[in-house]
Amino acid sequence: MLRLGQRSLQTRNRFSIGLLFTLPSIVFVLLMIVYPIFYTFTLSFHEWSGSARRDPEYVGTSNYDTLLNNDPRFEDAVMRTFEFTFKAVAIELILGLAIALLINGEFLGRGLVRVLILLPMVATPVAISMAWLLMFEPTVGLFNEVLTSIGFAPRLWLGSQDEALGSLILVDIWQWTPMMVLLLLTGLTTLPEEPFEAARVDGANAGQRFFYLTLPLLFPTMVTAVLLRTIDALKTFDTIYTMTRGGPGYATETINIYGYVQSFEYFSLGKASSLLVIFFAIVLGISLVFTQIRKQWGIPYND
Amino acid sequence: MTNTTLQRPLNNTHPTTNQIRLRRFSWRQTAFVSARYLAILLVVILLIFPFVWMLLSSFKNQIDITTSDNLLSFTPTLRNYQNVFEQHNYLQYLLNSFIVAAVSTQLSLILGLPAAYGIARFRFGWLGIVLLTARIIPGITFLIPWYIVFGKIGLLGTYWALILSHMLVGLPFIVWIMIPFFESLPRELEEAALIDGSSVFKAFFHIALPLSVPGMIASGIISFIFSWNNFMFSLVLAGDDTRTLPIAIFNFISYSSVDWGGLMAAAVVITVPVLIITLFVQRYIVDGLTAGATKG
Repeated sequence: MLRLGQRSLQTRNRFSIGLLFTLPSIVFVLLMIVYPIFYTFTLSFHEWSGSARRDPEYVGTSNYDTLLNNDPRFEDAVMRTFEFTFKAVAIELILGLAIALLINGEFLGRGLVRVLILLPMVATPVAISMAWLLMFEPTVGLFNEVLTSIGFAPRLWLGSQDEALGSLILVDIWQWTPMMVLLLLTGLTTLPEEPFEAARVDGANAGQRFFYLTLPLLFPTMVTAVLLRTIDALKTFDTIYTMTRGGPGYATETINIYGYVQSFEYFSLGKASSLLVIFFAIVLGISLVFTQIRKQWGIPYND
Repeated sequence: MTNTTLQRPLNNTHPTTNQIRLRRFSWRQTAFVSARYLAILLVVILLIFPFVWMLLSSFKNQIDITTSDNLLSFTPTLRNYQNVFEQHNYLQYLLNSFIVAAVSTQLSLILGLPAAYGIARFRFGWLGIVLLTARIIPGITFLIPWYIVFGKIGLLGTYWALILSHMLVGLPFIVWIMIPFFESLPRELEEAALIDGSSVFKAFFHIALPLSVPGMIASGIISFIFSWNNFMFSLVLAGDDTRTLPIAIFNFISYSSVDWGGLMAAAVVITVPVLIITLFVQRYIVDGLTAGATKG
């Protein structure tokens, strides 16, 4: 009895001590994360331009109706976001795997390469966007100079409805393949050595070792890496907004850009809020799918 | 002849088949190694050429940039940098960026370190989960309420609006990097301190914190860089006097004819601090960037 009482006292103590440590963060979370989420969710059932003189008007689910059934611009933005994300992440995964295998292990200048590989992802996105903007520039840019000098026709790059999204994917690949490399390198260094030794003894060649050992053993890391990249790629804002603002026309308008335009250019705050709720549902859904994949097939070797 | 015998201590006058095989193998090895180095070189070039191009262009005058013949031959000028600081008030923007990044990182550490300790030691896991959702939820979801509420209480356009919003990126990162750090510390150390009569807080300040300095540096640096680089929150919340560098650069291209040299100089100014930090504390950055991932 006494023991029980003591223990519950201890847990209560534990809780209050823990609360002292976490309270400042809890306050921050409530004010800056939880409250805004509820605010946006509630606002998604209203119509409001943000004006102080007119209160938000309750409109039920009509914002959702409009977006889902009657807004081709939103539909296009969703498909475009998927296209952007899928293409970028797929190429980043393949390139990332190749580069990780290439620079795994010892070579001259290893330290330098490992620093340089960090630069694209830590550099300020707006600054590198500006550098790419100059290189893409159809009349004075580096890319067309190079293309014409080796006998190809110049391109419009960001200026063309057909090429703009691809050009932005190119920038994303440059910027974020290093993240893939970094994550996969961490995965590679934690791979167990015994199966590889055994395979070598049994006479498996490099290709067999790659397909039957490296790939399956690296699979959990790959799923995590793809998940992280997918979440970020879906939400890509800085590079797209600074380079094209969603244009030309709406050719590069992703969900996030459309959400920004609705919020802070058109000030349709209600519609923007419902758009963001849908967007969050999409991101969450995709995250859950990946988590399931990881649970189902991604059993790490040593577990 | 004497030379060859010297090189072959096994006193064979003719190379054995084994040695021929070895030599052929090593020739293939050389080819393989050089191919690998070529591939690595290619990767390095692809990684750095946008930076190189940015730097080169920042030393060109407008004519050298707009005429096509001289991609690499030009007379370098410092005029662009002069313009950026004298005409465009970049010193102020640089200062703004620094203030916001430094203060938001500091506050994130002050809030985040004890929170991570509480999560690691006192079962406040749900707080960690809530913080993690901040990473998944699209940032504009927060921006709409912030914009309205900050506007009502007069914070819009102030440093505080920027600092608080940037903490949303920094705080979750710091907490998620620090949780495994605190979890990996041996409990006995702290329990010994408790039996000694010192309080939980002393255990935290005198034992847990000093032992987690690498994690603090890693998470602090990442938080600083994220704030320094932040574009979306600052775009909406900054005022004319509190404008940070990314926003100032973005406004640069709103004019009809772009001053490319000046733009590149501004881009260099904002990139260089981050690159220098990265070069010096590379290991911490790798730790920080991959920390969230290994948690899965």
